[in-house]
Amino acid sequence: MLQLIENEKIRKVVNGKRVITKKPELLAPAGSLEKLKVAVHYGADAVFIGGQEFGLRSNADNFSIEEMREGVEFANKYGAVVYVTTNIFAHNENMDGLEEYLQAIEGAGVKGIIVADPLIIETCRRVAPKLEIHLSTQQSLSNWKAVKYWKQEGLHRVVLAREVGAEEMLKMKQEVDIEIEAFVHGAMCIAYSGRCVLSNHMTARDSNRGGCCQSCRWDYDLYENVGGEEKALFNEGDAPFAMSPKDLKLIESIPHMIELGIDSLKVEGRMKSIHYIATVISVYRKVIDAYCADPDNFKIKKEWLEELDRCANRATASAFFEGEPSYKQQMFGFHAPKMKWDFAGLVLDYDQTTNMVTLQQRNYFKPGDTIEFFGPEIDSFKMEVGQIWDEEGQEIEVANHPLQIVKFKVDRPLFKFNMMRKENK
Amino acid sequence: MKKPELLVTPKSVDHIKALIEAGADAFVIGEQKFGLRLAGEFNVNDVEQATTIIHEAGKKVYVAVNAIFHNDRLDDLDDYLKDMQRIGVDALLFGDPAVVMAVRELGITIPLHWNPETIATNWFQVNYWNERGAKRAVLARELSLDEVVEIKENANAEIEVQVHGMTAMFQSKRSLLGNYFLYRDEVMEIENRKENKNMFLHDKERKNKYPIYEDLNGTHIFSPNDMCLIDELTELFEAGIDSLKFDGVLQTEGYITTVTNCYRQAIDAYFDNGEDAYDEMKDELLEKIEEIQPAIRPLDTGFIFKETVY
Ligand code: SF4
Repeated sequence: MLQLIENEKIRKVVNGKRVITKKPELLAPAGSLEKLKVAVHYGADAVFIGGQEFGLRSNADNFSIEEMREGVEFANKYGAVVYVTTNIFAHNENMDGLEEYLQAIEGAGVKGIIVADPLIIETCRRVAPKLEIHLSTQQSLSNWKAVKYWKQEGLHRVVLAREVGAEEMLKMKQEVDIEIEAFVHGAMCIAYSGRCVLSNHMTARDSNRGGCCQSCRWDYDLYENVGGEEKALFNEGDAPFAMSPKDLKLIESIPHMIELGIDSLKVEGRMKSIHYIATVISVYRKVIDAYCADPDNFKIKKEWLEELDRCANRATASAFFEGEPSYKQQMFGFHAPKMKWDFAGLVLDYDQTTNMVTLQQRNYFKPGDTIEFFGPEIDSFKMEVGQIWDEEGQEIEVANHPLQIVKFKVDRPLFKFNMMRKENK
Repeated sequence: MKKPELLVTPKSVDHIKALIEAGADAFVIGEQKFGLRLAGEFNVNDVEQATTIIHEAGKKVYVAVNAIFHNDRLDDLDDYLKDMQRIGVDALLFGDPAVVMAVRELGITIPLHWNPETIATNWFQVNYWNERGAKRAVLARELSLDEVVEIKENANAEIEVQVHGMTAMFQSKRSLLGNYFLYRDEVMEIENRKENKNMFLHDKERKNKYPIYEDLNGTHIFSPNDMCLIDELTELFEAGIDSLKFDGVLQTEGYITTVTNCYRQAIDAYFDNGEDAYDEMKDELLEKIEEIQPAIRPLDTGFIFKETVY
């Protein structure tokens, strides 16, 4: 680990024991109200959501102002806060309606917005001054002087470019007193964010207004032009040229990030399932809490890492935090999905006297399947499914209707919002 | 009406003389340590020499400091800016706010041009950076003609628009070519190819070829076509666009010189002899460019007449 500056704001020694005084915020994505509730329930300190305009995920389910209000109420009840991403680079035609929109967000009780375009920064300051303004990663913020610039412009927080390493973050923290948010988990652009218009050219969809088609993940053939002759730079059977990055995973670097004093640790993925959000957030929650409670005796548990892998369908890597990424942090050739567990059900209720769980089915399962329950109140456990009944009390051979309500016996107590996953054979 | 500036990108100090002859009004030069995707590599001495030549001819020289900077280059950036101040170049191109900060701290008096490429998409941003010292904004190439004209109407800064050449589509900090060869265990390959920038990606589905190279700033990928607005300049002229840029990155000196001269003729025809004179000669100018256009680089009009959705 790097040489760290003494900083009372981050850590101090109490009775000869080192303690962390500054716990970073764990920031979760939420593409819907249900996801927001799950994120908060599984330990997020903050969630970021998209509104119906000015955000970069035009396909993700986005929130209406009404839903934002409900989401904020729910989050606040648990001491969590909500941010709204409004991170497009606007074209002239996108400028209408911005003021009303920002005022509505402010009115819904949202704590801050995540912004890239100075148009939205300045408009927000003017018409919705209660909102915090966070600079989006779309501005590719990569050095401390630029951080200082945005601090002078009055921003509350900056989200760094994904290309920034640990040592660079340390310098930024030393030079500028501003909140820093950094990505810790999820899919990432292989380009500097905001500096890729592959999709504009290939599909006429504007990536800086949410239209990215992930053109970087397609396969290309590499050639060289030698005096007008085209020469292939690959051999028969070689994997094609690819720019697909492995997904970011910094679970093992969390202690390092906490020691750097990073203010917010961000998980990416507003389009991901509630199973993904629950799994990722709960694991990061455990790591942050365990490290902050006793940094000197902290050890990452194998079961946490295994748990995190249960919702991964792509290979993962640490990208730039631990140094310049090599080819090992990219994906070449064909990689089979590696998801070993599927989300199979959401606990709605548990009857202590009959030991019966009431579950909303989210994926096909049947008696004899190996399943696992997990959730913030329980230690994960595996079991084999016995008899299953439907809502009317009729025994069924298989739970194969999406969102079907079913009941079966589980010996250990469960809680609302616990989740059930099924092993993929 | 004011004649727009014809801005070009020379490949070398010697090339500048030919381009002055061909009718260029202004030049973008610099080095990859500070500037992005330049046609030629000019170290500080070259910039000094070039500036003398350009100023003697009564033309303008702009230096690119529009890289995305990381901490490790900030100190050198300060020294570089001081060199530019001493040399007396006419403008500095920037995208990273670190340049604005450095210019303020060092008391640099060279005017700034805001040139972040893809993200310069609306007039509010143009005016925002104008208030922070940018005398000119270089618009994103992904805008339509209507958007360009509307920005010009509302902008307090000068507006520069690319009218010819390749455009960058992608910049990654990663060494994507090097990584590809490393993955295949062919470490030497990329080192041997770094200088001659003639690799491209073939997109079989779209039948496109995208030039690609690596430098200090990472990996760059370019548009499959060269944009060419030689016969579509009327509306840009009428809108009063201040500077028309021909980006000659990855083109040969001869090509850059000939194309520069075609645009010179187009601008002069329109402003000296009127719209009819331009209309009469524009097809001929287009043919002249088509004749020297490399077969691998089809011409198109970029996004000027193309809508994007999202
Ligand atoms: S194409 Fe790839 S690198 Fe470009 S914006 Fe989309 S995800 Fe990012």
